[in-house]
Amino acid sequence: MTDSKYFTTTKKGEIFELKAELNSDKKEKKKEAVKKVIASMTVGKDVSALFPDVVNCMQTDNLELKKLVYLYLMNYAKSQPDMAIMAVNTFVKDCEDPNPLIRALAVRTMGCIRVDKITEYLCEPLRKCLKDEDPYVRKTAAVCVAKLHDINAQLVEDQGFLDTLKDLISDSNPMVVANAVAALSEIAESHPNSNLLDLNPQSINKLLTALNECTEWGQIFILDCLANYTPRDDRESQSICERVTPRLSHANSAVVLSAVKVLMKFMEMLPKDLDYYGTLLKKLAPPLVTLLSAEPELQYVALRNINLIVQKRPEILKHEMKVFFVKYNDPIYVKLEKLDIMIRLASQANIAQVLAELKEYATEVDVDFVRKAVRAIGRCAIKVEQSAERCVSTLLDLIQTKVNYVVQEAIVVIKDIFRKYPNKYESVIATLCENLDSLDEPEARAAMIWIVGEYAERIDNADELLESFLEGFHDESTQVQLQLLTAIVKLFLKKPTETQELVQQVLSLATQDSDNPDLRDRGYIYWRLLSTDPVAAKEVVLAEKPLISEETDLIEPTLLEELICHIGTLASVYHKPPSAFVEGSRGVMHKRLPARTGSCNILIMSKLNSSLLSPQLGGDIGGSPAMGAGFGAAPTVMPASLNAPVGGGLGDLFDLGGGVGMPMGAYIPPKTVWLPAMKAKGLEISGTFARRAGVIQMELVLTNKAMSVMTDFAIQFNRNSFGLAPAGPLQVLTPLGPNQTIEVSLPLSTVGPVMKMDPLNNLQVAVKNNIDVFYFSCQYPISMLFVEDGKMERQVFLATWKDIPNDNESQFQIQDCHLNSEAASNKLQGSNIFTIAKRTVEGQDMLYMSIKLSNGIWVLAELKVQAGNPNYTISLKCRAPEVSQCVFQCYEAVLKN
Amino acid sequence: MSASAIFILDLKGKVLISRNYMGNMDMNKVDHFMPIMMRMEEDADSSPLVTHGSAHFLWIKHRNLYLVAMTKKNANAALVYSFLYKMVEVFKEYFKELEEESIRDNFVTVYELMDEVMDFGFPQTTDSKILQEYITQQGHKLDVGAPRPPATVTNAVSWRSEGIKYRKNEVFMDVIESVNLLVSATGSVLRSEIVGSIKLKVVLSGMPELRLGLNDKVLFEITGREKSKTVELEDVKFHQCVRLSRFENDRTISFIPPDGESELMSYRLNTTVKPLIWIESVIEKFSHSRVEIKVKARSQFKSRSTANNVAIMVPVPSDVDSPKFKTSTGSCKYLPEKSAVQWNIKSFPGGKEYMMRAHFGLPSVESTELEGRRPITVNFEIPYFTVSGIQVRYLKIIEKSGYEALPWVRYITQSGDYQLRTN
Repeated sequence: MTDSKYFTTTKKGEIFELKAELNSDKKEKKKEAVKKVIASMTVGKDVSALFPDVVNCMQTDNLELKKLVYLYLMNYAKSQPDMAIMAVNTFVKDCEDPNPLIRALAVRTMGCIRVDKITEYLCEPLRKCLKDEDPYVRKTAAVCVAKLHDINAQLVEDQGFLDTLKDLISDSNPMVVANAVAALSEIAESHPNSNLLDLNPQSINKLLTALNECTEWGQIFILDCLANYTPRDDRESQSICERVTPRLSHANSAVVLSAVKVLMKFMEMLPKDLDYYGTLLKKLAPPLVTLLSAEPELQYVALRNINLIVQKRPEILKHEMKVFFVKYNDPIYVKLEKLDIMIRLASQANIAQVLAELKEYATEVDVDFVRKAVRAIGRCAIKVEQSAERCVSTLLDLIQTKVNYVVQEAIVVIKDIFRKYPNKYESVIATLCENLDSLDEPEARAAMIWIVGEYAERIDNADELLESFLEGFHDESTQVQLQLLTAIVKLFLKKPTETQELVQQVLSLATQDSDNPDLRDRGYIYWRLLSTDPVAAKEVVLAEKPLISEETDLIEPTLLEELICHIGTLASVYHKPPSAFVEGSRGVMHKRLPARTGSCNILIMSKLNSSLLSPQLGGDIGGSPAMGAGFGAAPTVMPASLNAPVGGGLGDLFDLGGGVGMPMGAYIPPKTVWLPAMKAKGLEISGTFARRAGVIQMELVLTNKAMSVMTDFAIQFNRNSFGLAPAGPLQVLTPLGPNQTIEVSLPLSTVGPVMKMDPLNNLQVAVKNNIDVFYFSCQYPISMLFVEDGKMERQVFLATWKDIPNDNESQFQIQDCHLNSEAASNKLQGSNIFTIAKRTVEGQDMLYMSIKLSNGIWVLAELKVQAGNPNYTISLKCRAPEVSQCVFQCYEAVLKN
Repeated sequence: MSASAIFILDLKGKVLISRNYMGNMDMNKVDHFMPIMMRMEEDADSSPLVTHGSAHFLWIKHRNLYLVAMTKKNANAALVYSFLYKMVEVFKEYFKELEEESIRDNFVTVYELMDEVMDFGFPQTTDSKILQEYITQQGHKLDVGAPRPPATVTNAVSWRSEGIKYRKNEVFMDVIESVNLLVSATGSVLRSEIVGSIKLKVVLSGMPELRLGLNDKVLFEITGREKSKTVELEDVKFHQCVRLSRFENDRTISFIPPDGESELMSYRLNTTVKPLIWIESVIEKFSHSRVEIKVKARSQFKSRSTANNVAIMVPVPSDVDSPKFKTSTGSCKYLPEKSAVQWNIKSFPGGKEYMMRAHFGLPSVESTELEGRRPITVNFEIPYFTVSGIQVRYLKIIEKSGYEALPWVRYITQSGDYQLRTN
């Protein structure tokens, strides 16, 4: 006999009938009735009206019946909060039942009743269950704390349940430990600042021990929790890795992925020359490959994660290309992901195989897959230069198939190939032009038009081709319109005589007949350029553009790091940070990989790290073509010129002077009075310091405010922090008459005796003349000591930054500064503060700078500039942290003047 | 951490049964699931993860059911999928088959199981053998032997209960190797992989300690016996009963086995072996008139082994008619529902070569629908033989009562995902 009979609906008055049955004296009848109620509930009928009657059945000695009533309670308690209180007594009683199954059932159900009123009644039973002798009850109670916390966090804290929960991490039973960890992690996730998971080497050790003994799910809880820990140093990191690696052999894919997460995170701290580092890398590949034999959904999760891992550590899977070959019966979502990874792994060594596969895929029937395969061929051409020719010929073969969407995709990627290898494959243009008519997708049309415009001088009928597009100008999409405008202007600049009419036409279409602001603006720019100075127009429009970069769809490094910390989770599948799709997580800290030495600014490190790993991400200040794409997370191939002009590019085009592009001289503070006349018998000395052409100079103004002539000037310095000393005598050759003023420049050397001063940049000076000796002290801006060869190599910077302990880092705010990052960088460079790298994260520019002092001390800086925010943040790191304050003052002075 | 709620839906998207684990989401949100799926299907798109607003649905399909987990947090997706598959397994152990009917027929037990296997989104005990000890299908009275949670649930050995007794103690081991093969249309081997699995059927009393010895290359290298014939296991996965850290340390496979049937371990080898059964094919399509197929099958293993139940599936266009076959051995069948010819050879000894020819008519009006180029697939099994050469050297069984127990080992090689692309 099956349960399905309970679903057969009776006639009207069903509720009424059920009510009668529920109140029957016969136990069997009661049970049948409750089953019917549950069946109705299951099919979505509202049986909440029966609440009191069902709750009446709660006190039963029949376990099955009890479970059903509990189930009912969970469903309807919320809609009947007042009546739910009726159940409290039974819960309390059941929590003391001799049978642990009942105690656990009660405590489990209690927590699922989300009625605020009754939660406080549940605290006492919960407290008892947390200390129950039976581990089955304890593990259930542990979860109940998380449930209760979700309903009333304050109550849980007040009752001290969190401490009890923390104690359970040391429980003797592995299942209890695992659930306690899970509950604490869950609570910590929703209360990021609670510092609940106060992980330390001792608690980590306990977790690692429990890891060997608990169920597969418990292992996942523990591994996910471990992943939040940051080891103190590389040795601790290695020892945790060693104890986690065996999990890679677990049959459950989720255990494997969570273990991979921990390893990927902790290996960040291991020195790369360590043998163990290499061993670990080798151990990661086989389990990742095996994940591809799992169920398709798990394969999908694995592939999305492998995509991240390949970007972070390409060496792990570089020999495993073949396992990503697509199988006929793979689901489409698996196929597309495999394709993506194939391109990432493509290299000169395996390109032949990859291309053969891609060609095969391009003749499949699934449109999305075929399109992606065609695009992949283009990406291979751009990525592996040696293969470009074969890729192009493969694409031409595909164009010959005349399959509409294949042709269009092929043209789009050929455009990009042209942008990477200009003037190399234009022989194929004729073939492309044959297919002009079949292009109906905007992207393909725009690509074709771009090609025609770019190579207009080699295409005899370029004007006819472009003209044919012009007829339906207003029906085209914006990208086609913009491209058409540009292409015709290019054509005109190349063949001005025959195309004057055409260019007039397109300019008026763009400026007069269109209301699209981009199109109009671009139209006007061209128009004015052409009418003002055709030669300049040619130089601007037809200028050589930087080549496009190889990999344009890499995930931005900080995001990649964060995603690596979320391996296995939805974030890693979406390739988005949790804050992008989880409500209420905006304020939550983004996870970061730990730094190698465990004690330095991880952000900057990993960033530089990744740019070192892949040189194409390098990019000097001012931006290499790759930089915009690599750092800016531009999802598709974009003309690099739009993202980041090559060094000085803008400056050449528009001589704006001032703020942009032009390095400026060193900052010189205004002169101040150092020695008032009153104190020096009529001699007033004011002055400042400057660094000119590498020479430090003290610029003095001596004024004689006395009645008599002053002669025999001489100057001497006291010992000072940086050994400043006059490099020659004070050149006041003529006597200084009353009310006379003389300006003198005194070159300084830095080889004098050294004594640490307070403040550091204090200088005590003695000036003598025929009247007396006068003493004063002044402060020089430390920027005088910044030498010209203070630009540190990128690699050295990275290493140095890591090397300098964190305690030496100081942070300052510079308020009210209205420069953009480029102007700031230029300004600073004038004072020998060199920007080594720049990157942009979410509208915030980060500048990494180095300074070398005349005595050889290096100062490293990270300057954060947020667009629209006049307050900068600067972090300084130096082996001699005492200079930081002075350096900061210089920053402030330089930037604000 | 994982799921806020789990739903079991029928093919139309109607909720058959559900369980709200965290109470932090509106259960009605699941109504958006099926419309999204339909929209994706229209776009020939598919994804195991669909989103509606802040709700994320992770789903798998089993027969005529969808199992859907719903969450609004950054859940561990791998855990969720793995858990959903585990649920299917548990239900199958309970109800033989999991489908719409079995859910309706057993809804009380389904509720009980859902209550037990997950709590607040955290998976708990999912070992069906252990679950069966305290979630049984008849009602219980508390006073007369109401079940208690077996200590096993929370024990470190959570997969085997104490006090198991058999009169005769035996262990049966099956070493099964599946060959996955992918051959390009030009006849070059793109991928060849062996996925092995060691399955156990354990009929042992008490809490026996088992130790399994294989001719594992790494182990032999450690112990300095490099001369013997060994196998290099590329990636090994173990049942949770195997002590992983022990294996990591000295390659010893030691464990207390679960009772009854289970998969002890699986492994993967990437060694390129000669494809066991090689197929050469010519498929010629003369539009509007006919299709001619020539297939040559060659067995490339030693003649003392024999492949059984060989089935070679050759794809044909979906609109063919009037099939004609000629074979040198075995029989042919046209399977219209699969658009394929199936060539069956009951027994295929090593070192032999057989031929098959097929002829089909084609309608004069050609269908406009493009057909994918499906690969030829081959199914077979070869008993008493492993491709990798893996051997069970010993299986030591120690139980404190000191009984003698016999291990039995069988070897078999079979086709896995065995595909040869066609032109």
